[in-house]
Amino acid sequence: MAPPAQSQRSPSPSQPSGKGEVSDLKMQLRQLAGSRAPGTDDSKRDLFKKVISYMTVGIDVSSVFSEMVMCSATSDIVLKKMCYLYVGNYAKYNPDLALLTINFLQRDCKDEDPMIRGLALRSLCSLRVPNLVEYLVGPLGAGLKDGNSYVRMVASVGVLKLYHISPSTCLDADFPALLKHLMLNDPDAQVVANCLSALQEIWGLEASSSEEAVREREALISKPIIYFLLNRIKEFSEWAQCTILELVSKYAPPDSNEIFDIMNLLEDRLQHANGAVVLATIKLFLQLTLSMTDVHQQVYERIKAPLLTLVSSGSPEQSYAVLSHLHLLVMRAPMLFASDYKHLYCQYNEPFYVKKLKLEMLTAVANESNTYEIVTELCEYAANVDIPIARESIRAVGKIALQQYDVNAIVDRLLQFLEMEKDYVTAETLVLVKDLLRKYPQWSHDCIAVIGNISSNNVQEPKAKAALIWMLGEYAQDMQDAPYALEGLIDDWEDEISPEVRLHLLTAVMKCFFRRPPETQKALGAALAAGLADMHQDVHDRALFYYRLLQHNVSVANSVVNPIKQAVSVFADTQSSEIKDRIFDEFNSLSVLYQKPSYMFTDKEHQGPEDLGNLSIGAEPADDILPAQRVEANDKDLLLSTTEKEESRAHVNNDSAYNAPAFDNSLSQLSVPQTQGDLVSLGPTYTQQPSSTIDDIFGLGLPVTASAPSPAPPLLKLKTKPVLDPTAFQQKWRQLPVSVSQEGSITPQGVAAMTTPQALLRHMQAHDIHCIASGGKSPNFKFFFFAQKADDPSNFLVECIINSSTCTAQLKIKADDQTATQAFVTLFQSALSNFGMA
Amino acid sequence: MISQFFVLSQRGDNIVFRDYRGDIQKGSAEIFFRKVKFWKEDGETEAPPVFNVDGVNYFHVKVVGLLFVATTRANVSPSLVLELLQRIARVTKDYLGILNEDSIRKNFVLVYELLDEVIDFGYVQTTSTEVLKSSVFNEPIMVDSAHMPPLGPAALFMQGNKRMPGTAVTKSVVANEPGGRKREEIFVDIIEKISVTFSSSGYILTSEIDGTIQMKSYLSGNPEIRLALNEDLNIGRGGRSVYDYGGSSGSGAVILDDCNFHESVHLDSFDVDRTLTLVPPDGEFPVMNYRMTQEFKPPFRINTLIEEAGSLKAEVILKIRAEFPQNITANTVVIQMPVPTYTSRVSFELEPGAVGQVTDFKESNKKLEWGLKKIVGGSEHTLRAKLTFSHESHGNITKEAGPVSMTFTIPMYNCSRLQVKYLQIAKKSKTYNPYRWVRYVTQANSYVARI
Repeated sequence: MAPPAQSQRSPSPSQPSGKGEVSDLKMQLRQLAGSRAPGTDDSKRDLFKKVISYMTVGIDVSSVFSEMVMCSATSDIVLKKMCYLYVGNYAKYNPDLALLTINFLQRDCKDEDPMIRGLALRSLCSLRVPNLVEYLVGPLGAGLKDGNSYVRMVASVGVLKLYHISPSTCLDADFPALLKHLMLNDPDAQVVANCLSALQEIWGLEASSSEEAVREREALISKPIIYFLLNRIKEFSEWAQCTILELVSKYAPPDSNEIFDIMNLLEDRLQHANGAVVLATIKLFLQLTLSMTDVHQQVYERIKAPLLTLVSSGSPEQSYAVLSHLHLLVMRAPMLFASDYKHLYCQYNEPFYVKKLKLEMLTAVANESNTYEIVTELCEYAANVDIPIARESIRAVGKIALQQYDVNAIVDRLLQFLEMEKDYVTAETLVLVKDLLRKYPQWSHDCIAVIGNISSNNVQEPKAKAALIWMLGEYAQDMQDAPYALEGLIDDWEDEISPEVRLHLLTAVMKCFFRRPPETQKALGAALAAGLADMHQDVHDRALFYYRLLQHNVSVANSVVNPIKQAVSVFADTQSSEIKDRIFDEFNSLSVLYQKPSYMFTDKEHQGPEDLGNLSIGAEPADDILPAQRVEANDKDLLLSTTEKEESRAHVNNDSAYNAPAFDNSLSQLSVPQTQGDLVSLGPTYTQQPSSTIDDIFGLGLPVTASAPSPAPPLLKLKTKPVLDPTAFQQKWRQLPVSVSQEGSITPQGVAAMTTPQALLRHMQAHDIHCIASGGKSPNFKFFFFAQKADDPSNFLVECIINSSTCTAQLKIKADDQTATQAFVTLFQSALSNFGMA
Repeated sequence: MISQFFVLSQRGDNIVFRDYRGDIQKGSAEIFFRKVKFWKEDGETEAPPVFNVDGVNYFHVKVVGLLFVATTRANVSPSLVLELLQRIARVTKDYLGILNEDSIRKNFVLVYELLDEVIDFGYVQTTSTEVLKSSVFNEPIMVDSAHMPPLGPAALFMQGNKRMPGTAVTKSVVANEPGGRKREEIFVDIIEKISVTFSSSGYILTSEIDGTIQMKSYLSGNPEIRLALNEDLNIGRGGRSVYDYGGSSGSGAVILDDCNFHESVHLDSFDVDRTLTLVPPDGEFPVMNYRMTQEFKPPFRINTLIEEAGSLKAEVILKIRAEFPQNITANTVVIQMPVPTYTSRVSFELEPGAVGQVTDFKESNKKLEWGLKKIVGGSEHTLRAKLTFSHESHGNITKEAGPVSMTFTIPMYNCSRLQVKYLQIAKKSKTYNPYRWVRYVTQANSYVARI
């Protein structure tokens, strides 16, 4: 119940606020307490109701506690219930008074009416007063053995309540064992379900400190218990079915026959009207078939229709929850939903958050055969009066264009958007045209012709303005009035509030200058002067840099500002595949709605049982895409990161050139002692993951350590013949967080040696680091390594992407034992940098 | 596991508040209400049904203007919690007859009784109206139903059509009627929500029917019921593309894309003769939900014409044709159309002799609105609107207006042709003959014509 909050709310006419009323109530209750006159119960009911209604609106009525208890001597069950509710609400804050209630609650626990026994027991367990727990053990024990299922139902949850007040009391009384017994023997399904929920929570919380709890928790996902529950699944309420299905999804059947048995048994759950049951079943099916690509795909086909039905039946809120899950699946396997694109069209009365999901899905499922229709539909939304949706739709069209389908037609559409002459449409379109040009420079001719006609006065949004300015600079020679348009913008420098726009303006005018010097000279001078006087640090620095660069050498300046550019092949995905996998593992939870894995929005304690449960299974079926596809996916990532950086790198260089030397020196001086220091002090004290700044320092400092004549001997000893099968590797990879992510180096000799692919593997093996999968083609190679500590079975997992043209290696390291990560990293780096030297 | 459940009024007052686990600090209701009321994230002004503030997850559903809210710190199944909130609303309605702020305030002790039994320490125990009967002891205090909109789609029947006893659905499952004896009756409602998008040339781009067979039983002794549907009903469209219309419309077979069922429904003979067998639990519940994208005849055709008339003027002609039988009448029809944002004035011209029609120009969001109380099958109605612009339009005004959207309700009509052929109540006695009401209704969900 609500804590006895002082009423902060301003009183509304229907809600009394004053102290006067409460003391009035107190008086009246006192008068009634001893009365046996007929009709007393009715008057009591009225008074109790008043008390409860005050409590609901947040008025503190704790002062009538003793009167309420005095009045509770009654056989009227409605009165009793109100009294229990009141007591449960205030006992925690009035432990002394709570003692008063123990007596009558204990008496009621022995009432002959099972309803009263149950209610009293529930209230007794809800008092939440630690020093009263001794009074709970007896009634709870009796309750678990009660002949009436209602009482047992209450008692099984009661045990969990007791655990939360005093874990030791609960465990000492051996209640978990009793719960387990009940779970396997009780004829009442809800009692069984409550026992299961209670045990899951208790063992989940205990698991961090007790080996036994870990075993008990694993026992819950053992075959006998799973089968016992599955065979009775239809006896359970729809809610309990969800609990059971969630539990079963953690169970890993040893062979495929068992998987099919389970799926056949639960097939009809997909036709349930309760979306929660259907989603729990879907999660189970997806988890079970992860290792069976064909069946997994069949599951996708099978669940489409039920999901779509759930989306369109039920309340908007429910359909949103289901749609988010559909979204997850569509983004995972867009091609499987390509023919269903019409189901993803927006309806005009849907809320924004639903339309947004649908637009993302439409973008994802677009392929050769449906792009035309999808883009036509999206163009309808773009013309819509609903501005946020119009914007999203234009972005969606742009994304589809970047996916390479039917670009020709789409470019035409985008250019038509510009003709609509709506500010927001123009703004969004400009940003997109800029991205398109970065990917398809061959379209510049058509685009530039239209862009050239846009007056910068009509573009206000910083992003769009920056895009337009970028194009003016980049295509200065094709746009007749580029220098004059830029000049106009520079004239308004003072009024330009966005530093991003001013930065772009500086760069654009530089680019323009090298292409059309006489026309731009004046504008460049004005821009540099304005930039040097700018209050914004970045703008100031960039202007100064350009100024000195021009002073130093004009042709160098030209090559810095106008380097030869490669077309961007893929734009970066905002989410790593690892995070996506984690979200998929947490199917049918909030992670899917928030599009974040649970560790990002829940505190440790509440990640609780579920997460840990996953870890302990060990043999989760693996998807068999290990080497090839993984590498492919990551190759893409690699490209992304390089290309995305392309622009920013230039600009980082520019900025740092000004003060880089000093900065760098200080770093390398700093980092050497620090690394060594850490190596020495490696131990239990080093528990936290390095923060990203330290990480950077390490990243910069490491090559120094590695090339140092002989680094301090690492404290870490690795096992010579570790064992880890690919499935386990993959599961671990998915579950563990990245503990270190940094860049390493490889010698040119090493790169040369990589022409024989096995060379590196053998080399690393000599350092007790073993390869589990590898792939890629020049210049990017990808390796997955693992190693195990010599003295305990703790694993290190490494993803290493070697770029042979730059002689660098991107490392991502995950470890069971975080404390040893740094030592391992050093070891790994030194092994890698030695490669090819022998 | 759920930490708290509460119901807030539109003004943000707690009507009921139940804390189950005590792990969320006080003030959560205020935090929630402020967040929902002043929602502003990535340009959205409408809060999604689930959000997280400082590690607390808030779930809410809107029912009859009230907010039903649950909170938790755990990473639970959102479908489960949202479904549960919806179900709590339904159970409460079963008990109170009518669900609204007034009825909950009058019966809050009863509602607490329900909440105590529905959830224990955050775990759902039961949402069955029937099971709950044994542990609810308060008698509901009835509120006046005359002008209170009730919960759910069955509200459609409240409009006082003579064939349909509207008040019955507002009866509590536990309260006795004034006469003392309960009337034996059962309601089966086939409710279809249709979505159609017409292209500018009048061609159907997409269409879908989302239907529910909803039941509410007031039969004593829980007899078994058999519900027979169309014998030629097909489910699943096999390998064919969902939008492959060819041929199916002529055969007369009803083809559902998919459907799901309430857990009380037995499907033993469904594959053979399309009958559903069930022992209906007390209260209101959906027997079956279904979805259909098979081609159907849309009940209305919409024709829109926009013509420029000089530089600052244009004329809009809206034409609605009802394409259903004459003995059927649609009611509460509203047609909306956004017009160019620089429209400053609109004058309307209704057809001569028009009754029960209203027109309006919504200045704030630049929309035309045309309301018709009734449209009889087979009839046609026209509206002319003269727009005056504040400045000259550049280019194509059809791109700056529309689409036309329409809402309506058509009682005793359903587009899918899905039917309840018979409703059999298994009870020995020959004299036992309870009232059976089988009612159909079609409602617009998203009915849009592009221009």
